[in-house]
Amino acid sequence: MPVYFLRRVLAAIPVMLVVAVFVFLLLRLTPGDPAAVLAGDMATPEQLEQIRASLGLNDPLYVQFLRWMGDLLRGDFGTSLISNQPVLDLVADRMWPTIWIALITITLSVIVAVPMGVVAAWKHRSWIDHLVMTFSVLGFSIPVFVIGYLLIKLFALDLGLLPVQGYVAPSEDLPGFAARAVLPALTLASIYIALIARMTRASLLDVLGEDYVRTARAKGLAERRVLFRHALRNAAVPVMTVIGTGFALLISGVVVTESVYNIPGLGRLTVDSIFARDYPVIQALILLTSGIYVLVNLAIDLSYSFLDPRIRY
Amino acid sequence: MTAIWSGLRSGLAAATALTMTTVLPAFAETTITAVMHSGLRVLDPVITTAHITRDNAFMIFDTLVALDEDFVVQPQMASFEVSEDGLSYTFTLRDGLKWHDGGEVTPADCIASMKRWMQRDGGGQMIEARMESLEATGDNSFELTLTEPFPYTLEAMAKPSGLALFMMPERLASTPANEPIPEMIGSGPFKFVQDEFQPGVKVVYEKNEDYVPAEGPQSWFAGAKDVKVDRVEWVTMPDAQTSLNALMNGEIDFLEQVPVDLLPLLEGMPGLQNQVLAPLGYVTIGRMNFLHPPFDDPKIRQAAKLALSQEDVLTALIGNPDYFKVCGAIFGCDTPFEFSDGSESLTSGGDIEAAKALLEEAGYDGTPVVLMQPTDVVTLTAQPIVAAQALREAGFTVDMQPMDWQTLVTRRASQADPADGGWNLFFTNWIVPEVSNPLANIMLPGRGDDAWFGWPTDETMNGLLDDFASAAELEDQKAAAQQIQARVMENVNYIHLGQYFNPSAWSDSLTGITEAPFPVFWGVEKEG
Amino acid sequence: MAENTMRAAFPLSTRALFSRIGIAPLLAGLVLILIILAAVCAPLVAPHDPIYQNPIQRLKPPSAEYLLGTDNYGRDLLSRVIWGARVSLLIGLGVTVMAVVIGLAIGLVSGFFRLADAVIMRIMDGLMAMPSVLLAIAIVSLMGASIWTVMAAITIPEIPRVVRLVRSIVLSAREEPYVEAAISMGTSLPRVLWRHLMPNTFAPLTVQATYVCASAILTEAILSFLGAGVSTETPTWGNIMAEARIYFRLKPELIFWPGLALSMCILSINLLGDWARDVLDPRMGKRES
Repeated sequence: MPVYFLRRVLAAIPVMLVVAVFVFLLLRLTPGDPAAVLAGDMATPEQLEQIRASLGLNDPLYVQFLRWMGDLLRGDFGTSLISNQPVLDLVADRMWPTIWIALITITLSVIVAVPMGVVAAWKHRSWIDHLVMTFSVLGFSIPVFVIGYLLIKLFALDLGLLPVQGYVAPSEDLPGFAARAVLPALTLASIYIALIARMTRASLLDVLGEDYVRTARAKGLAERRVLFRHALRNAAVPVMTVIGTGFALLISGVVVTESVYNIPGLGRLTVDSIFARDYPVIQALILLTSGIYVLVNLAIDLSYSFLDPRIRY
Repeated sequence: MTAIWSGLRSGLAAATALTMTTVLPAFAETTITAVMHSGLRVLDPVITTAHITRDNAFMIFDTLVALDEDFVVQPQMASFEVSEDGLSYTFTLRDGLKWHDGGEVTPADCIASMKRWMQRDGGGQMIEARMESLEATGDNSFELTLTEPFPYTLEAMAKPSGLALFMMPERLASTPANEPIPEMIGSGPFKFVQDEFQPGVKVVYEKNEDYVPAEGPQSWFAGAKDVKVDRVEWVTMPDAQTSLNALMNGEIDFLEQVPVDLLPLLEGMPGLQNQVLAPLGYVTIGRMNFLHPPFDDPKIRQAAKLALSQEDVLTALIGNPDYFKVCGAIFGCDTPFEFSDGSESLTSGGDIEAAKALLEEAGYDGTPVVLMQPTDVVTLTAQPIVAAQALREAGFTVDMQPMDWQTLVTRRASQADPADGGWNLFFTNWIVPEVSNPLANIMLPGRGDDAWFGWPTDETMNGLLDDFASAAELEDQKAAAQQIQARVMENVNYIHLGQYFNPSAWSDSLTGITEAPFPVFWGVEKEG
Repeated sequence: MAENTMRAAFPLSTRALFSRIGIAPLLAGLVLILIILAAVCAPLVAPHDPIYQNPIQRLKPPSAEYLLGTDNYGRDLLSRVIWGARVSLLIGLGVTVMAVVIGLAIGLVSGFFRLADAVIMRIMDGLMAMPSVLLAIAIVSLMGASIWTVMAAITIPEIPRVVRLVRSIVLSAREEPYVEAAISMGTSLPRVLWRHLMPNTFAPLTVQATYVCASAILTEAILSFLGAGVSTETPTWGNIMAEARIYFRLKPELIFWPGLALSMCILSINLLGDWARDVLDPRMGKRES
């Protein structure tokens, strides 16, 4: 196991390198010009050229790439072309809101969705099953921003229970943090609850059809024990996969929720940086998210062998 | 890396902070929380013409001279005297001017600031081209000497748009003009709080306790800038619905832009009011590419202009007719140079039949018009859609290409063939002070490759602009401005599509909010 | 009892249909057929030109002329929703087919061959590690915002998800005795993959496919929300909603109707997916009996 672990961590390095090259090229090939963003609407072509030169954007691509790589090796992530702030400071500022919201969302989703899926599979084709499925389908057939607006209208404006928007760090004001985190987490969770509940139900139904489960049943084991001892454990592998991919999606996909609830997180930083063609920030963000992604999935792959003893590494 | 670790620590600390109580400040500080039209990312007001950067600079920096609501140049940091022959301008700094780091404001600071600005601003370059010398004449005075009279000088220094002229300490002003200044140290009424600045998210200002306001009543950017609150925070909200909800829920005090269609939601809300604070508003325009067919032909440009109707464009953009104005004056209605020559078709619903006839006469061969449509700028999405329909009705082939604004601003700098990554037509908006003076209006000069995107070559226009620049009397300026108006309509240097207005909304707890081309926070009081 | 009543009330063929398929999937099929018909016959069914603007008629409430009212350009909402079905279905189905076919192929190979697995999964990790929104925006602005680029932009981030799912199932299944037996008996590899491993993927993949289809239609809406979607000259359910979002509180019907169409469509796809799984997966039948 430790050897496997080490190999996987080492394997992450070429992945990150591929990501780095890919992102670098993708950005440079995408039309857009940070100089134009910097200079504003009234800039003349000549002024644009001056700014481009001073940002080093006129150098050949390979020179720009090597410069970036060299800086990275020295631990220098560069400086935002637009705001002139160190990229690391920007990212450090913005990562905590996103991480907190993502953690709350994942926890909430698993707590709600797994029991939903279990009940639906257990009472397969009953009205409970249909209810759970209908609810979970609704969860991902409405665009996130509409769900967000609906929740804001209901809980913040009509009932006046929660703030409409914003973020405070939990270290500054925990109740304030909680009050502001509820709605965004609920909004995001609506998708993941739907996804995880469906996956739990589907894989559980699969496992319930397996011979050993039928044997357990035939042996007269209580239905609940069959469900939890034998079935759920085996059904957990695909469910974990969905949770793992979901986590990565969350980190990158919170942008709409962050806009609707005005949370200063990584999602918005990413999209703002893309629209502004702020190359160093986008590059650093992608490396960061890909790093997180690799780690989360390593953890999940390792959990397979724990959950399903038939899988060994 | 330390920042990440401290973030982690604070995050972990939070988990155990349940029992801690929030510490309240001992005295009640007054803070205005405002949502402006966009997020602040670029700080240096000499690098960019972005409005939010200029708005931020007006908080932190002061100006030598300033425009008041009658378009008259008034003293601000300095009083001024112009010699009889119009060649020499003497500026005398008023007493008590201090930088936020405690240093005195000196003529050397001001001269360095002016020189940096002259490298970048169009008006500044016109002054520089005529400049004989710019030198200190005493401990608190300096003199600008010109080689020929240039009546626009003071107005260029006072204009709040394009690149406004802000005073900075010499050590900042000596930064090369294409590199950003390293610090935000000004002498203005507010101090920039560096520690709390989050680009694109939040800007915080503190009252500058050492500020000595100028004399005279506050009027636009002139007169006393009297700060009556302790802090101002600008928070960025990317979603219009969210910012309006936040205002209605009492989470923010001031919202710079309320979409006009949403005003009915505010009507009848107790504790809130709304008003158009910039009565001149904005103009919206279409700009063609003069280098490529079909718009290299003046007749076809004319045909396109005939097809368009200001009312259709503005209705789609704004909706409520109380908040737009069909106006044929390229320099803006209610401005000193308001003329409407040549704008009849634009202001009377367009003339599709005439457009068709002219298009036929010009022998239009169906070359598609590549129309760039920004998809992520709310105030620019309607114009291309409406224009595309009108142009098609007139017989144009229109190839409307949706793209994000950044792609658009990059692509509009390309002189390539429209089929090959170039373009034929795009739309943009200006605030009226940016176009109301012929010398400030960047779309006018017809200097080919050196002109603004679209690159018209128009010697007639250049001559008219020279006439305007050297006109000493207002009457002569007006005469030149009227000819410029007629020339723009005849040659279609750009299509003027009318004026619109933007209501701001704020909580009743704020008093003393005044009209200005963009919001100013001095003079504003907050109760409670 | 109910059985008997049904038997009496319906002629043989219809009765057989109901009892074999069940009411929910039938209804779902009906709804989906209606939506597909509307999409195919949009030019015949829609009362107005979906992109013709009439500024005087903007934001009008429903009337005889405009059954669902008009949007902020004075365009007929009903016609836009009908035409929107075309593009939204195209995007949803197109993305699903591409993602599932490509993902299944890669996933089977990856789950079965250890050697290929290492390389493939690193590439998939790399692909998935890029925030999908970034990838989509970058692709859309690189190639222009047409339906096809939007489809490609949505498909690419979906592929690794399908791959991971298929692979995890194959990893489990290849340890099964019957697979080991098949291999030891010298069954050719493609045959093992095709006959023994692929059927295992059907059930979860059907669920995943319906999710991909739904999420593709929704992702298109999100791209529109962020300003990188299909042009509003080509109505989709997503961009109608995204464009109308500031009218959420004033004219909620602008979001409600396309939203309803979208939800009904996705609900139907899902019900059909569930039904298809029950039919396709023999083990389901065993359990029920």
